[in-house]
Amino acid sequence: MGAALRSWPIISAPKKLERPQSRLVAFPIVILALLVLPVIAGLLGAALPAFGYLPVLGLEDFSLKSFIALLGAPGIGVSLALSLCAGLCTTILAFLVVMGFVAAWHGTRVFRVFRRLIAPLLSVPHAAAAFGLAFLIAPSGLLMRALSPWASGFERPPDWLIVHDPTGLAMTAGLVVKEIPFLFLMALAALPQVEAEPRLKMARALGYGRVAAFLFSVLPALYAQLRLPIFAIIAYACSVVDVALILGPTTPAPLAVRILQWQSDPDLSLRSLAAAGALAQFALAFFAICVWLALEWLVARVGAKLMASGHRFRRDGFVRHLAGATMSLAGGLVLAGLATLALWSIASFWAFPDIWPNALTLDTWRSVGATLGGPLDNALLIAGLSSLLAVVLALGALEYETRTGGTTTTRMLVALYLPLLVPQIAFLFGLDMLLVSLRLDGWLLAVILAHLVFVFPYVLLSLSQPWHALDPRYALIARSLGRSADAVFWKIRLPMLSRAIATATALGFAVSISLYLPTLLIGAGRWPTVTTEAVALSSGGDRRITAATALVQAFLPFFGFGLAALVPALLFRRRAAMRAGG
Amino acid sequence: MLRILAAAFALLFAATAHAETPAPENWDAVVAEAKGETVYFHAWGGEARINSYIAWAAGEVKERFGVTLKQVKVADTANVVSKIVAEKAAGRDENGAVDLVWINGENFVSLKEAGLLLGRPWATKLPNYRFVDEEGKPTVKTDFTVPTDGLEAPWGMAKLVFFYDTARLENPPKSMPALLEWARANPGRFTYPQPPDFLGSTFLKQALYELAPDPQVLMQPADDETFARQTKPLFTFLDDLHPLLWRQGRAFPQNYGTLRRLLADNEVDITFAFNPADASSAIAAHELPDTVRSYVPEAGSIANSHFLAIPFNANAKAGAMVVANFLMSPEAQARKQDPNVWGDPTVLDVAGLPKADRARFDALDLGVATLPPEELGKALPEPHASWMERLETEWARRYGAGQ
Repeated sequence: MGAALRSWPIISAPKKLERPQSRLVAFPIVILALLVLPVIAGLLGAALPAFGYLPVLGLEDFSLKSFIALLGAPGIGVSLALSLCAGLCTTILAFLVVMGFVAAWHGTRVFRVFRRLIAPLLSVPHAAAAFGLAFLIAPSGLLMRALSPWASGFERPPDWLIVHDPTGLAMTAGLVVKEIPFLFLMALAALPQVEAEPRLKMARALGYGRVAAFLFSVLPALYAQLRLPIFAIIAYACSVVDVALILGPTTPAPLAVRILQWQSDPDLSLRSLAAAGALAQFALAFFAICVWLALEWLVARVGAKLMASGHRFRRDGFVRHLAGATMSLAGGLVLAGLATLALWSIASFWAFPDIWPNALTLDTWRSVGATLGGPLDNALLIAGLSSLLAVVLALGALEYETRTGGTTTTRMLVALYLPLLVPQIAFLFGLDMLLVSLRLDGWLLAVILAHLVFVFPYVLLSLSQPWHALDPRYALIARSLGRSADAVFWKIRLPMLSRAIATATALGFAVSISLYLPTLLIGAGRWPTVTTEAVALSSGGDRRITAATALVQAFLPFFGFGLAALVPALLFRRRAAMRAGG
Repeated sequence: MLRILAAAFALLFAATAHAETPAPENWDAVVAEAKGETVYFHAWGGEARINSYIAWAAGEVKERFGVTLKQVKVADTANVVSKIVAEKAAGRDENGAVDLVWINGENFVSLKEAGLLLGRPWATKLPNYRFVDEEGKPTVKTDFTVPTDGLEAPWGMAKLVFFYDTARLENPPKSMPALLEWARANPGRFTYPQPPDFLGSTFLKQALYELAPDPQVLMQPADDETFARQTKPLFTFLDDLHPLLWRQGRAFPQNYGTLRRLLADNEVDITFAFNPADASSAIAAHELPDTVRSYVPEAGSIANSHFLAIPFNANAKAGAMVVANFLMSPEAQARKQDPNVWGDPTVLDVAGLPKADRARFDALDLGVATLPPEELGKALPEPHASWMERLETEWARRYGAGQ
């Protein structure tokens, strides 16, 4: 038992002086070698051109010219404001809806229905959900077709600015409906660790209403575990490109879209402007997170007052139904959008205001099917290997940290979240240069490493909170029964965290599947995947092709999340107590 | 610091063999060298029918020349440029990832100026170049008013053509003033892609040509004074037109694909494309109603060519030349012009072809919505590249920043 005590940080605080060695130190070292170097290269690749250094284009003098040019870009203030608002509003709305729903419906049948819906909702790629939403709500979209002309009187679509609205409402809506499933999934993975049931029972016994019981007794613990995923949502939503292109304003567009336009301008001198924009994007994401932290502080103060007030908030029927309705609306929109895409993928010509296409045809699927064989294999291979590698590395690092009693490793690994904060195209330029210098680009290994840079943060994000939340006394008891540290890892931690691990793997898999630019640039086009095909085809604007390839693209993560839900249940079907509440 | 790092790596892995650039004058040697090579052809992959055409070409060059052709489907050629720039920056002067790239004028000019293209003229020395119509299609020699100098091989022709749905519109407006008149009577039924999208910018250039006091000046580089004078009527026209556009000009479609969708969805009545056969092939693919027809402005319309280029560090240069030469052959060009395949107009002088090859073109059915070559009207040249840059900047300042 002595050894066990020494290896446990909470109990052996004074023993910090002689920190135990572990062969697992290899994990953090490998992570640093494999991931930190690419991140540094990527960041330098984004930062140096911003300060006027890009010798290949004849820029050799450090200067602030590109920042001045950035400040002088027409409408740049509006672009910045749009990105900031989209980032914060998306996160606030998604958080309110998910927490409201979990508070109001945890443990009910409705909750179980949504738990089953999580895989399809999460699997739909952002772009596909945005396309689906656009086609539902646009003036020539499905909703208007259903009402025209008998109810609306419109023979032609009305000239209403619903999609691409200047304030970005459609874009924010598109982001909210896609971030809700992500946050819900994170909450599902975290719930078993916070012992929601006993807390709720106690609060209910004290007379608190259902929602208040959750908010007061479970949310504080749950929120601690959701913080990193929330930061990821903020960063994602304020730098999103695809959803912004499909639903967002165009005069001017949000910052990330404009960076992409500068970056892809044939005038190569605009690349330094794009790089300056990338740094601004970075600062913006950071600022948005700071605003969130301020809000968090405020809410905590108000919450503490409310708790102390002693109100039981028993009449919460309205709130409960509102939460259920908004959650259903969000899920319904994604599913309806998906159904519309399915219909488009088999439609021949489909005119306004027809509610149904002229004829149904399998032509689109035939042409998609003819080209997707190899890309499907590549996608499975790359996503499978990169997500597995990411999970193994993350588990190794976490176990190392647990055994040696430090938290520095994961703190240091926060640096790895940086790639999520910079626009991909700017970041990838430096990463590509590194791998090209190493003569690695075009190799499968390089593609997997590049994917790892983007997959690992999400895997660690999804895994580290449940890991740290696992009650250390399980390990203590096992050690006291004479089991080795390895046995604790294999027999206790892995099975108890199997759901979280499976979720993290599936999430990493889904992230890898969705990566377009790293696959194309680092793979030098030698490793086409379902996504590179889908993105290339969607640039043509044929809605039917876009729909079909988006459905294919959605299928793979769906498969992944489905497995993630199934495997732990099958492996440990006799350990009923491990099941998550709900 | 990156440069030092890159240089160190470059030294460490310095290429041992420094291959000679193949000389197309000695074509047999090029074909022999090309045998067994794999050509990575980076080409926009947005249209299934174009991808199928390239797949057909891949089968042919494999069988005839033993060259493996792989299309790298990209959404935006800028990503290819990024890749080449990164390779140059990392000191990779050989064995680059891109062997052949389908390129437009702006990207060509950028790559040429940055020295990122195969440095010696090769395209004009390909055997099939003798069929190219230099006389009748002068844009095969200049891209964006910059001479191609044999650094890219002409692949297809583009001409701005307008489309309208005859089921909704009888007499489409055939000049910019007429378009404005028509928009007053039909507000919200016209728009154009947002510059700097190339089709949107082409619309601006077309309007500039029709409205400028002296279109000849547009051939010269723009300066502050000529730009202000020549574009004054254009911006007056746009100021009047924008409130009458789709969504009152507060939002614009981002590219041609979206614009075509607006016509299909009955949100607008008139669209335009840079490929005269586009409506025909879109009708064939159920993307547009079969009542769509095309017309060209009375004053003529902007025309140019699109090309294939080889980067300075291409790995399979000989193979890339063999592919470019095949894609320029009468057989490949005739197939490409078929609207059921792609519908992209040929760069060749059809009248001057050998009889059997001419017959391939004569046999083509150009499709219901495509005007025959003699009705395509006058071809207006591209203005000097400096006009476009200034137009895009001024457009962004006036209309792109929100009200």
